[in-house]
Amino acid sequence: MPAPIIKVDAISKSFGTFKVLDGLSMQVMPGEKLALIGPSGSGKTTILRILMTLEKIDGGHIQVDGEQLYHMERNGQLLPADERHLARMRQKIGMVFQLFNLFPHKCVMDNVTLAPMLTKGVARAAAEKRAMELLDMVGLADKAKAMPAQLSGGQKQRVAIARALALSPKIMLFDEVTSALDPELVEEVLNVMRKLAAETDMTMLLVTHEMGFAHDFADRVLFFDRGRIVEEGKPDEIFRHPKQERTQSFLKKIIAAGHRV
Amino acid sequence: MSRLPRTTANDRKSYTQMTQWSGYLGLILQGALVTIELTLMGSVLALIMAFLAGMGRVSRFFVVRAIATAYIEFFRGTSIFVQLFWAYFVLPFAGLSLTPLQAGVLALGLNVGAYAAEVVRGAILSVGREQYEACTALNLGRWQGMRHVILPQALLVMLPTFGNNAIELLKATSVVSLISLADLTFQAQVVRSQTGSTLMPFLSVLIIYFALALIISWGVRTLERRMARGLDGVRI
Repeated sequence: MPAPIIKVDAISKSFGTFKVLDGLSMQVMPGEKLALIGPSGSGKTTILRILMTLEKIDGGHIQVDGEQLYHMERNGQLLPADERHLARMRQKIGMVFQLFNLFPHKCVMDNVTLAPMLTKGVARAAAEKRAMELLDMVGLADKAKAMPAQLSGGQKQRVAIARALALSPKIMLFDEVTSALDPELVEEVLNVMRKLAAETDMTMLLVTHEMGFAHDFADRVLFFDRGRIVEEGKPDEIFRHPKQERTQSFLKKIIAAGHRV
Repeated sequence: MSRLPRTTANDRKSYTQMTQWSGYLGLILQGALVTIELTLMGSVLALIMAFLAGMGRVSRFFVVRAIATAYIEFFRGTSIFVQLFWAYFVLPFAGLSLTPLQAGVLALGLNVGAYAAEVVRGAILSVGREQYEACTALNLGRWQGMRHVILPQALLVMLPTFGNNAIELLKATSVVSLISLADLTFQAQVVRSQTGSTLMPFLSVLIIYFALALIISWGVRTLERRMARGLDGVRI
């Protein structure tokens, strides 16, 4: 059995007096597609943000691809990671945000090529060639020269996915990537993710409220509540036969709200 | 028999007056050139100081923040007259003798730069947190993100207020007449004392200051329009 690509060990994190993550532990295998579900404030987005180093942790350890994320080993001691270590670790991870976070002053092409050129020293021609392949993959090859403000929400999110992929991360984090979209635009983004899952062996973690998609897409579903994983299992187990009462009541609420499971 | 009008004594008088006026106007225009020169050079220095101090204010390093804050508070908190007098009359005692022009540019640039530094800081902070987070997620370094993502967006926020600052600087250039630099205001006073006319010199400088301010406004607006291109979804 291969080693896990992500090992989260007893992570705690508080915002003020509110404990978002309460000794959270989890493991993700290489290539695994993981869906993180749960009520808001349950810590599922926070753990994604922690993996992207957008938040600091209060305690615990995280190992990504065999190396400590927030710590460095120096002479057998674990020290807090410095900026250089974090920058090296970030190369392994990419993230797509709920609100796209495109750079509004740059055209689609420049949004995608900026990071590879700056952080990996890729030449412009090579970066643009790769960007065109990625834009083609997300179905936006004809929008390379468009500005983000000219795109629909679904198109923006597909650009954001291409932008994250341009750095060829081993792990991709998707944080409620369809939550800000009009209902008719959700499917075009989900299709890109399906394609990505089918064509690559990337490890993918997604926080989502699209239960139907989570059911079809994920190898494993984690149900979060109050900063802990309450229940985990295959999609069928979680969605059809949830064991925990909290999972059952959450799913009931979601279905009552009109979500397809 | 001549039908040509004769030159009368009266005509001759008004002709001499006219050449005198044009000579005086020449003086005032020379003053205007000095004012423009001061405004341009002062603005360049102010811009440099604004970015140094404004970015210093958001630095990670306490010492950098402290130096930037001290500079801003000091130059906003003391009068530009006093700063000019220091630059021109006091610095020589420290072994640094400046020409009136140098002293003027130094005082104006440092003074307005302090105000503009707060504009830079405010604009940098106005760029949404999600843009910083996108930079982190794309693994851009602090400076790379600042240079390619944050500053280009912040610049658009800074521009209108920079226009204000530049006009303030233009008007503040008149203080250099106090260290006998022959700018617009200085020349107006020269003309006034030589001709005894008050209205003509002061009216001309009023118009010239106003015209210069209009040019600055127009220039900044044009720049703003060009930089905003594409951001609102309309590609021009």
